[in-house]
Amino acid sequence: MNFSAIAESLPMYWDGLLTTLELLAMALLLGLLAAVPLGVMRASSRRWLSAPVWFYTWVFRGTPLLVQLFIVYYGLAQFDAVRASWLWPWLSNAWFCAVLAFALNTCAYTTEMLAGAIRATPHGEVEAARAFGMPWATLMRRIVLPSALRRCLPAYSNEVIMMLHATSIASVVTLLDLTGAAREMNSRFYLPFEAFITAALFYLALTFVLVAAFRGAEARWLAHLQPRR
Amino acid sequence: MLQGYGASLLQGAALTLAVALGSLLLALVLGLVGAVAKLSRVTFWRRAATVYTTVIRGVPDLVLMMLIFYGGQIALNAALAAIGRDSIDIDPFAAGTATLGFIFGAYFTETFRGAMLAVPAGQIEAGRAFGMSPWLVFRRVTAPQMLRFAIPSFTNNWLVLVKSTALVSLIGLNDMLQKAQQAAGATRQPFTFYLAVGALYLAVTTASVLALRALEQRVSRGAKVAAL
Repeated sequence: MNFSAIAESLPMYWDGLLTTLELLAMALLLGLLAAVPLGVMRASSRRWLSAPVWFYTWVFRGTPLLVQLFIVYYGLAQFDAVRASWLWPWLSNAWFCAVLAFALNTCAYTTEMLAGAIRATPHGEVEAARAFGMPWATLMRRIVLPSALRRCLPAYSNEVIMMLHATSIASVVTLLDLTGAAREMNSRFYLPFEAFITAALFYLALTFVLVAAFRGAEARWLAHLQPRR
Repeated sequence: MLQGYGASLLQGAALTLAVALGSLLLALVLGLVGAVAKLSRVTFWRRAATVYTTVIRGVPDLVLMMLIFYGGQIALNAALAAIGRDSIDIDPFAAGTATLGFIFGAYFTETFRGAMLAVPAGQIEAGRAFGMSPWLVFRRVTAPQMLRFAIPSFTNNWLVLVKSTALVSLIGLNDMLQKAQQAAGATRQPFTFYLAVGALYLAVTTASVLALRALEQRVSRGAKVAAL
């Protein structure tokens, strides 16, 4: 182990850590915001509402994220209309394309998760709310979503960790995230063990922090489902 | 539409499938060994398996793949130099398959551990009471029922594994994605070719879901389900 090379590269890893966290936070935020209405649509009994969402999640959950990123970052440039449009300054930016691809991907998984949780709502709760004359929007806001979002929490923690690991793909489109820092260090010093083990330790630490945070969140919001002590 | 690159893309798809199936085989073996180790009475095996699953599942596939590919190359060259041989290049197919198998072995360890725990202990005790050897109990009692409990999680892991094979193009394997990259560069039509690769992946994942759903119904044919 060449510790002096690791020490010399640490500032680069630090910047990489910030980029990784930035990508993760943006993708999760956008993905979750879009997943709530999409999850409600997916769980709807009306075919014209659920079928388009089914198609979206089928495509995005059935293909590799790397291919999705390539389509967004390299693929869209094929069309002159895209190059000429006002979107081009964004779509030619690697950071924006990575966030877009990651958000679309995590949103598809989150949508299905949420739709499953909505379907699992005890029917008595919905019937009681209807019997009170509660309008649809109030029923969703007060009864269905609060309990469905809570029930999603354990599965969502897995999705967040999967997404953390998926952000490593950003290094392929030249972004200097944690993995990008490791690849840069490897090409500079030709020390693959040092470079990738350092990155792996950063990811491992992040994973542990996220697992602990979600355990705390579950203790807070799923306290009513914990075994009695 | 694919301007003559269709055949090359399909060749790449065959290689991608070979990587996926090869690493699945390795992952299944490692998963079974890992699950037995995790449920073992020997503390050392339990700890070793826990370290394996925790570390592998806490680090991105891409980082592990590069660590094993580039690091393995250096370690191999050093080992060959030590015994006075010339260095050889690691084959990306072998490296990709081995790495993916090693990574997904950790996920299958959890799958099989859960499935083994789901088999009622009384049945295993009954088998032992009949004088069956541990191997016979595994073959006649645990394994057939494990299959049923393991399939949902197996399906999940297999789908993630198939999608992870796209990463082997990054360590230089001439798989479907790399073929598409070459075609995209030559024809300047990246969208067309990446979309074609996406469609091929979607075909594989969809076919897998349908086949595994049918298999699950077949192995659960003896299981009672309470009608609500």
